[in-house]
Amino acid sequence: MENEPVVYATPNRPTPGRPVLFDPAVCDGCNRCVTVCLEDILIPNPEKGRPPLVLHPEECWYCGPCVDDCPRPGAIRLNHPLQQRVRWKRKGGGHFRV
Amino acid sequence: MAISNEAGQLLPWPYKVSYGAERAYDCDVLVVGGGIGGAWAAIAAARCGASVIVLEKAATERSGAGGAGVDHWQWVADNPCSRVTPEELTQALIDNHGGYRGGIGSYIQCASAWETLLEMEAMGGKIRDTEDAFRGADFRDEETKLLFAYDYTNRFVLRVWGHNYKPLLREELKRLGVRVFDRIAVTALLNEGGRPGARVVGATGVNVRSGAFITVRARATVLATSRPQRIWTYSSELRGIATFRPPSVSGTGYAIAWRAGAEFTMMEKSMRSPFGSPYSYPAYGSGNAINTWYPCSLVDANGKEVPWVDAYGRMLKTLDERFRPCEGQKFFIMGGGSSSQPHPGFKQYLGPKPIPDLEQRMLAGEFTPPFYADLAGMPEMERKAIWGIMIGNEGKTRIPVMQTYRASGFDPDKDMLQTYDFLRGHGMREPVVPQERTFGEQGACGGMLTDWDLMSNLPGLFGAGDLVFGGQDHSHAAATGRFAGARAALYARRNAAGAVDVAQRAREKQRAHAPLHAPEDGPDWKELNAASARVMQNYCAEVKNEQILSLAELWLKDLEQNEAPRARAENPHQLMRVLEVQDIVTCSQMIVAACKARRASSDYLHFKRLDYPEIDPPDWRKWLVIRAATQGVEVSDRPIAFWGDFERNYRPRHAENLAAMQAGPRVRKVAA
Repeated sequence: MENEPVVYATPNRPTPGRPVLFDPAVCDGCNRCVTVCLEDILIPNPEKGRPPLVLHPEECWYCGPCVDDCPRPGAIRLNHPLQQRVRWKRKGGGHFRV
Repeated sequence: MAISNEAGQLLPWPYKVSYGAERAYDCDVLVVGGGIGGAWAAIAAARCGASVIVLEKAATERSGAGGAGVDHWQWVADNPCSRVTPEELTQALIDNHGGYRGGIGSYIQCASAWETLLEMEAMGGKIRDTEDAFRGADFRDEETKLLFAYDYTNRFVLRVWGHNYKPLLREELKRLGVRVFDRIAVTALLNEGGRPGARVVGATGVNVRSGAFITVRARATVLATSRPQRIWTYSSELRGIATFRPPSVSGTGYAIAWRAGAEFTMMEKSMRSPFGSPYSYPAYGSGNAINTWYPCSLVDANGKEVPWVDAYGRMLKTLDERFRPCEGQKFFIMGGGSSSQPHPGFKQYLGPKPIPDLEQRMLAGEFTPPFYADLAGMPEMERKAIWGIMIGNEGKTRIPVMQTYRASGFDPDKDMLQTYDFLRGHGMREPVVPQERTFGEQGACGGMLTDWDLMSNLPGLFGAGDLVFGGQDHSHAAATGRFAGARAALYARRNAAGAVDVAQRAREKQRAHAPLHAPEDGPDWKELNAASARVMQNYCAEVKNEQILSLAELWLKDLEQNEAPRARAENPHQLMRVLEVQDIVTCSQMIVAACKARRASSDYLHFKRLDYPEIDPPDWRKWLVIRAATQGVEVSDRPIAFWGDFERNYRPRHAENLAAMQAGPRVRKVAA
């Protein structure tokens, strides 16, 4: 069997595992979010200028100062776990979700 | 996304590790916890001229239960538009809890929340509708441009733009030369001579990024670490570690003060958990009609509006009535039906709420689920207030709800947010799982017993904010922090520094660093927290008796002695988490001890003993006080209203505080 991928014995990732999402095109790696995070879930990226790494995603409190205090709007956004997505109904039709 | 380099190797710890480092500092006033209460305490103490150090586990700029913002400035009875006096309001708050609300902290809040807020305004915080965006609204005072919430007639709760209050407090700390040490988890209080029960002369801590051990010697110490979370519910898998306050608020102040010999009261009170349930939704992020969303209309799946009633069950005919006291009331406290069972508060103070039998009427077919919060159907001013000032400024709603929902397309002018009430429990209001309890997630809860100086039974140890017995709210934290900071500074003026006991410090360093050397097969902090929570769910939940509580005691001691010491930390961050859970176990032990001590049931305290079923018998209408003594837990009690006359106790101290804050240096040079 050639061309099969190399597969590793990886442990499961912690969940929820994506509390914040970075846009590497906007984020300049200033680490402001790392500084203000209440739970210290982020660490600076070893590569300067790159978005921080989410070391402890399952410890996120989903409070938002990392986004609120970011000097580059759009560089980081909060990402509620899928099971936390609330729905709403539009007057005149349609049912949507976060 | 695995945290590894391209070769798949683990990344080195990003901060310099210094487990061997030991640093020592001196100050007049040490503040433990740089949240709302702690920041205000430090500012007040510095204004009195004290040299101040703040130790904060996160970053003071945003840390604490109120760091992300605040929308209501509660119980501002001293504001110029209020039609109730601080005495009236404090007494109502206490009476509404059957006497079990802290009179000292509550009075300080009701009597000085406004002057505290004026200081926030002077720091740059927005407290008025200066742009006249709400000109003509019923909840606006045209002269002062203040906006009110809930009771528009009596005007003692303010709507504020508090999303940046915490960064402003941080700026003020900097301006005043307060030494703020962020990312320091405090591990112990130091007693004079190393003897628990003696004067507190400082504290120890570890840096949660470097692991360095520090000691601070202080003439006075203010504890401001909020109240324990993760006692009954712990889940990292479900909802943001399932806490209403930040998950790192682990009751450390309670645990270290307990070990140092401080007295605590009302620790037996816990309640079902409307916000902290792992199964609930982002706070204020689903359809509801309480607090931040008060008094949003609810409609059923067919658009049929849910009627509202007043405290006496009379149907309201107009929306305006939701903002007014009803016949038989002078004023009302909050509203929306958020009062928790079994003690819902007294009718003379209850605010309007949606019909309480909505579930039964839905089951009978009168209403069709699911329900929605009809934001779009609210009058424009109310809609703009809810989905604007309130959601835009409350802690944990500005980004998680307002910005995130908007980005998903939610339009407050067109959309109705779904409620989850009755679908899988009671949504925001009342989960149905009795073991999903919380200690003080909402409402007044137990805490450190203090006198009118906000000082504990341990000389030199003061309390501020949530940790002070029987208090609640952002403005409570601010006002009591300000008061405690000034009292601590005055104490520091009158008392020379005590000596740090070298042996106690050495013991504490060993204890604090022990998880770094624990065996590899020990439990990690999550497993330990889950186990501790499980013990509380099983043996300290809805129903209690001597046998059940004794099992809790046995199990927790087992965890404390056999499992917690084996919990392992691989880095300074994990060390912080292990130490937190050790504090959580201690807090659980305090709660169980108090539950064993109260041999009567109480609706006011949400407390049910199967072996003592009589509800609130007269002999047990008292505050139980617990303290760790050499031979186990010592129990004493205080009568209801033990704090005496409000004004006689408050006023002279308040005057002294103001004089000291005005006379002290406004700006102090930062020590090198």
